[in-house]
Amino acid sequence: MTAPASTSTLDASAQLSASLVARFPDSVTADTRPGFSGFIIKKENLVEVATALRDEFGYDLLSSVTGVDYLAENKMEVVYHAFKTTGGPNLVFKVQVDRVDPIEVPSLYEVWTGADFQEREAWDLMGIRFTGHPDLRRILMWEGFEGHPLRRDYKEAFFEEEAKPFKSRWPEGNHKYAEFRTPHRDNLIFPEGFDPDNYKPENEDELYFSLERSSTKREEDALKTDHIVVNMGPHHPSTHGVLRVVVELDGETITSLKPVMGYLHRNHDKIGERSTFLQILPYTDRLDYFNSMANNFGYVTTVEKLMKIPVAERAEYIRVIMAELSRIQNHLIFIGMLINDLGSMYTPSLYAFEERELILDIFEAVSGARMMCNYFRFGGVVRDVPDDAMQKIKDLVHDRLPGKTDEMERFLNENEILLARLKGVRVLNAEDAIRHSVTGPCLRAAGVPYDLRRADPYSVYDRFDFDVAVRYNGDMYDNYLIRFDEIRQSLRILEQALKQIPQGSINSQKPQYQVRVPAGEAYGRVESPKGELGFYVVSNGKPNPYRYHVRAPSFVNLTAVESMCKGTKIADFVALLAMLDIVMGEVDR
Amino acid sequence: MYGKGILKGLGVTLNRFMETYLDDISWWVRGKKRYNSAEGIAHRSSKNTRGIFTVQYPEEQLLTPEEFRFVPFLVYDEGAEGKQEVRCTSCGICAKVCPPQCIWIVRTNDPNTGKPVPQPAQFYIDMDICMNCGFCAEYCPFDAIKMDHDFDIASVSRNVYDLEKLLKPATYYAKIRPQNYNREEEARKAKEAAKAARAAAPAAAAPSA
Repeated sequence: MTAPASTSTLDASAQLSASLVARFPDSVTADTRPGFSGFIIKKENLVEVATALRDEFGYDLLSSVTGVDYLAENKMEVVYHAFKTTGGPNLVFKVQVDRVDPIEVPSLYEVWTGADFQEREAWDLMGIRFTGHPDLRRILMWEGFEGHPLRRDYKEAFFEEEAKPFKSRWPEGNHKYAEFRTPHRDNLIFPEGFDPDNYKPENEDELYFSLERSSTKREEDALKTDHIVVNMGPHHPSTHGVLRVVVELDGETITSLKPVMGYLHRNHDKIGERSTFLQILPYTDRLDYFNSMANNFGYVTTVEKLMKIPVAERAEYIRVIMAELSRIQNHLIFIGMLINDLGSMYTPSLYAFEERELILDIFEAVSGARMMCNYFRFGGVVRDVPDDAMQKIKDLVHDRLPGKTDEMERFLNENEILLARLKGVRVLNAEDAIRHSVTGPCLRAAGVPYDLRRADPYSVYDRFDFDVAVRYNGDMYDNYLIRFDEIRQSLRILEQALKQIPQGSINSQKPQYQVRVPAGEAYGRVESPKGELGFYVVSNGKPNPYRYHVRAPSFVNLTAVESMCKGTKIADFVALLAMLDIVMGEVDR
Repeated sequence: MYGKGILKGLGVTLNRFMETYLDDISWWVRGKKRYNSAEGIAHRSSKNTRGIFTVQYPEEQLLTPEEFRFVPFLVYDEGAEGKQEVRCTSCGICAKVCPPQCIWIVRTNDPNTGKPVPQPAQFYIDMDICMNCGFCAEYCPFDAIKMDHDFDIASVSRNVYDLEKLLKPATYYAKIRPQNYNREEEARKAKEAAKAARAAAPAAAAPSA
């Protein structure tokens, strides 16, 4: 970012701070802890202030909700990040409550529906009870799970040490299998006095009650018909991953729907808090495993913000090139898999895979792995792009991909069966999309030209000439076409990046395995192919982060699936789910 | 006309189908092998590929680029009389940087003085946990641990590799990563030359004083 831009944002934030504190003198104070920013809002006035932020200050999209457990201060903090869909930096506001159970914070569900899943996640993992939330159940952990794993004082069965590196590895390392550390040989803690004979999972019934509660069925209908509850999954929803969806049907029409997730949950946040800053990097590859480059990008951007280090010029370009290549292959796969979901098995998806394969070959040549790239480092990238790989990128961008994108369009776009399935089936309109915190192509297909690369530019995206792809109908066909538009724009960015890329060093820092990160907080976000990928990192100066949270676009976008599908036919459900382009590695984390 | 779009799409499929045979024929006419040859595989993963794209694993294997990384191994130099000079000094950086913490090193202590000796007594890597991130190889100051290219290691039991199974000669490393090997050797030679020059400088300065 250039100097004038940052001063103007500073002015803007100072202005906002003054007007917000003037508007709510009793309930809003600025967060003055060194390294922290934003506002602390009194719990009692949270809903009022949030409504004002949305309606008067224009922060219409709630990006991230998460909790931080300040064990030493005996405080629990809920951190909100909101932003404007017209662009600009995000606004941070926090609520602090005493860390005495029950920890209660008013829910913002009524203000931003997008808080739904994220508040459930904060309840599940941190034990913060959001009063007024209509459906506060566990979301990632299984029903009947004991405790809240993200609290600082939670220790799992295989617990070894508070943070890596573990002392047992060196210098007296004796290998021992992890499961031999517990009597039952699994990573489970049984509560005191656990009796398997009388064990009843708590909220399996709750799931069906909440399904019933949000149902749109009408009793006064002329024909009295039974409503059936169908469990799709865990696995089927055309195997985008292990997702279970409970659907209530009136004939063929969906009257209510609840997604159930967490089958792939591994507590990425906790793993991150146990690992050093560098060690988190390969784990981020495994979030959205189609776009490890984009995940790396988001994480290193956040930590670089915290460390306040520059990034080598050449590395910035390499990062952009890799991120855009991964966007292209992600969208190609999206198109292929969507057609798969619509019932045309394999041919289109394999055509898409062919181009993806060539892009993965490039990733393999530069980073050493096709999917788990682990290519970015703080201050730059691991290694320079080899000459032959650079040539291959140029060949693909100039000669192959534009033609192949056209071929894909020729192949599918006018297909009458496809049109019959996609045209006029509503996905989301702009209001719904914003209300549900949906970001990425789904938001843009609904007519909101919100793209972080333009709205809040990071890296060197402000140097490229490209258009934000946007379409206005918000139906499935637009959602499908916008992927082609984005591939074209990515190719445009790539062409410019390949032309502009300078020679020089690829890392501004010396390679070091233990980076020093000053105390403070940072929220970094990038436009991943699936939406806004945010990382919230709190450091206390130690080698590992105090709090590490991923705002996964797939997970937040899934909030909208219920309102998207209500009233549509069950046959459209799998295609509608495909529109959100979810990856379970990222949803479940 | 209804159905035109479908026909147009089928045209693409037909075109791809024809290309497969046209490509095969053109290779055959030129007297070259498209299948089961390094040239053919390289062509199939280039920008000019058309038609059949797949590689018939395991009969054919994709060429691994130099930077390809799979589980780590330890490098030893071959000394006189086939003696294995293990590069590892058991400094423990790889064990500290390893994200899944799958490296266990036992340091050698001198039996007389009890002081540590720069050589590993035992070295375990739990390959079932290893996530192939390559940090150990990247941050090793002695170029002693490197990432392998050999990925056909599926087995029916669990894989905890010990020192014996991990050690591979430097010649093997030079074979799989020639560019990296040459770069490291040059750096090492330059370092040794600088060291020799530094050692020689005071010796040269001493007589004149």
